[in-house]
Amino acid sequence: MTQTTTPQLVETDVRLRLFERMVILRRFEKRVYDLFLQGFVKGTSHLSIGQEAIAAGFGEAMRSDDWTFATYRGHAHTLSRGVDMAPVMAELMGRAGGLMAGKGGSMHLTSVEHGMMGSYAIVGAHLPIAVGAAFSAKYRKSGQVAVCFFGDGTTNIGAFHEALNFAAVYRLPVVFVCENNLYMEYTAIHDVTAVEHPAADRAAAYGLERIIVDGNDVSEMYRIAQARLTRARDGYGPSLIEALTYRHNGHSRADPGKYRPDAEVAAWMERDPIPAYRERLEREGVTTQALDAIEERVSIAVDRATESAKASPPPPAEAAYRDVWSDGGWQWRS
Amino acid sequence: MVKIETSPQQVTSRKLTVSKAMVEGIAQEMERDPSVIVLGEDVGAYGGIFSSTTGLLERFGPGRILDTPISETAFIGLGTGAAVEGMRPIVELMFVDFFGVAMDQIYNHMAKIHYESGGNVLVPMVLMTAVGGGYSDGAQHSQCLWGTFAHLPGMKVVVPSSPADAKGLMISAIRDENPVVYMFHKGVMGLPWMTKSTHALGDVPEESYTVPIGKAAITRSGTDVTVVTLSLSVHHSLDVADELAKEGIECEVVDLRSLVPLDRATVLESVAKTGRLVVVDEDYQSFGLSGEIAAIIAEEDPRLLRCPMKRVCVPDTPIPYARSLEQATLPTPTRIAAAIRDVMA
Ligand SMILES: Cc1ncc(C[n+]2csc(CCOP(=O)(O)OP(=O)(O)O)c2C)c(N)n1
Ligand SMILES: [Mg+2]
Repeated sequence: MTQTTTPQLVETDVRLRLFERMVILRRFEKRVYDLFLQGFVKGTSHLSIGQEAIAAGFGEAMRSDDWTFATYRGHAHTLSRGVDMAPVMAELMGRAGGLMAGKGGSMHLTSVEHGMMGSYAIVGAHLPIAVGAAFSAKYRKSGQVAVCFFGDGTTNIGAFHEALNFAAVYRLPVVFVCENNLYMEYTAIHDVTAVEHPAADRAAAYGLERIIVDGNDVSEMYRIAQARLTRARDGYGPSLIEALTYRHNGHSRADPGKYRPDAEVAAWMERDPIPAYRERLEREGVTTQALDAIEERVSIAVDRATESAKASPPPPAEAAYRDVWSDGGWQWRS
Repeated sequence: MVKIETSPQQVTSRKLTVSKAMVEGIAQEMERDPSVIVLGEDVGAYGGIFSSTTGLLERFGPGRILDTPISETAFIGLGTGAAVEGMRPIVELMFVDFFGVAMDQIYNHMAKIHYESGGNVLVPMVLMTAVGGGYSDGAQHSQCLWGTFAHLPGMKVVVPSSPADAKGLMISAIRDENPVVYMFHKGVMGLPWMTKSTHALGDVPEESYTVPIGKAAITRSGTDVTVVTLSLSVHHSLDVADELAKEGIECEVVDLRSLVPLDRATVLESVAKTGRLVVVDEDYQSFGLSGEIAAIIAEEDPRLLRCPMKRVCVPDTPIPYARSLEQATLPTPTRIAAAIRDVMA
């Protein structure tokens, strides 16, 4: 894998935190899938199972006042900014105790206090918006960085190109992270893209470095995140990272992902980021008990979040009419 | 009932879902006319995420069934360019909610080239797109937005609710010399993973036939109140009408089938008969179809109505995700029944 940054040492406690983050994302989303099949999660849901290393690495590296802009596949990025599991779970179940009180749902998770500036369900929409946030950081000299996550398929929409050019021209503090999971919904990215690496091969068009990283290696993700966040904070402008990864599940809902060749799926399952990292930590001397304890703790937390979400009532109908306008109201007349 | 124009020979029909009927219409036109092609995201091997193109790739091959990248501006523009040169492309915009990323191509170009060229250039293309909510897909995947397309001049806007219409209107749309926006509600398609509607399955003639664009259908005749509606709301209105009939309220349900052209005559005739009007529209309430229907009556003869009309629409709020909130904003059978009882009171 090519990488164009100076590697930094990853400290032991950081390594455990990276592991814990990935376990949180994995166990949470496995539960979401079960709850979907059981009819508790009624709306759509797009899982990041298999892609956790990217959200975990960035979540660990980002400053608490940095901003995340995510897609509809945004549960992992939301949790990795430190948002509690319970309100996220309640949101997915459409409950009053949800992160957005049931208004937004799985595809629009947002928590301003955690720097989670939203999940966007229109492909490409959030790249220019992240550029705008970065513009405000530069203008106010706040030192904040906007991080914008999106998929391989997103590189074929105009907004991607417009946003990259803009960010490069104004040298804005934004890190674009393309999670290349090889598919845009049910179509292989290679069937519809002129270049092999949908993001990295376009970087040069905007004067950016070609960066390809192993998106299933959490320490590599953490290092590249640190390096690129620092670079953005120091005024050197945007980065575009292509992280190679794979989703274990289908695109959304109960999609079994039948359009993917069995051998390809099997090969990527072998490269599951979590067991790989666990083995590595064990090789480096972290005890099995320490890692098991993390798994155990997270598993209890997921149970608790599920119970708490189930106990929350559905939002009352009147809530639909709140917050259309900034004064809390909804009628266009007043 | 549904008016179908066919050749007078014997008609064999069988029950199909709306989605199968649509696909059959497309396939028959593709057999007949080599200039028909289909393009869009996941329309090939996957068959369209709402099964609007199932099996077409296998039958017609990748030369005529094209999976596109997520580049709506490019592929809707491509459709227009190919249509201008005499092809008949069917372009699928996966959800109508995504029109924003390519609206320039749609309303400034596809819709206006004919007029701007002084009538010299034709754009015989179909833009088909999925609409509607009711399954918790959130504010950016649940809209109908047909009023927006109907508001902008230059496009026909077709909105089928029954399997027979889905096929006949599709064939008409493909043969039309104008751009036609063909909007199918996900809830009418008869998909196993959507809430079931008994009206999503119906008799569809096997042979090729057209349903004229611009002709509404009286899907149930009645004497007490006219329910003007379209798409999935036709299904709900028919169910409600059955229920209310038990209370002695006879509803006449008018399925508009297209917004552009709008069948004003059928609306006026029905309201003249019943004197009462409820418009059921799953689009946003203000500045849309329901106001247009009111204007038609006000302009023609406000005295046709013996009591104020009612509108059952999506209030002027985005569509929320949680089921309890979403049901409060959509034109559900409960809201439709309440409005009908109101005008009858
Ligand atoms: C403008 C627009 N076009 C199409 C879609 C439908 N759609 C949703 S996700 C998706 C695939 C996106 O693929 P990618 O960017 O690779 O992200 P991934 O889902 O793999 O994370 C598509 C086509 C959309 N949401 N917005
Ligand atoms: Mg992808």
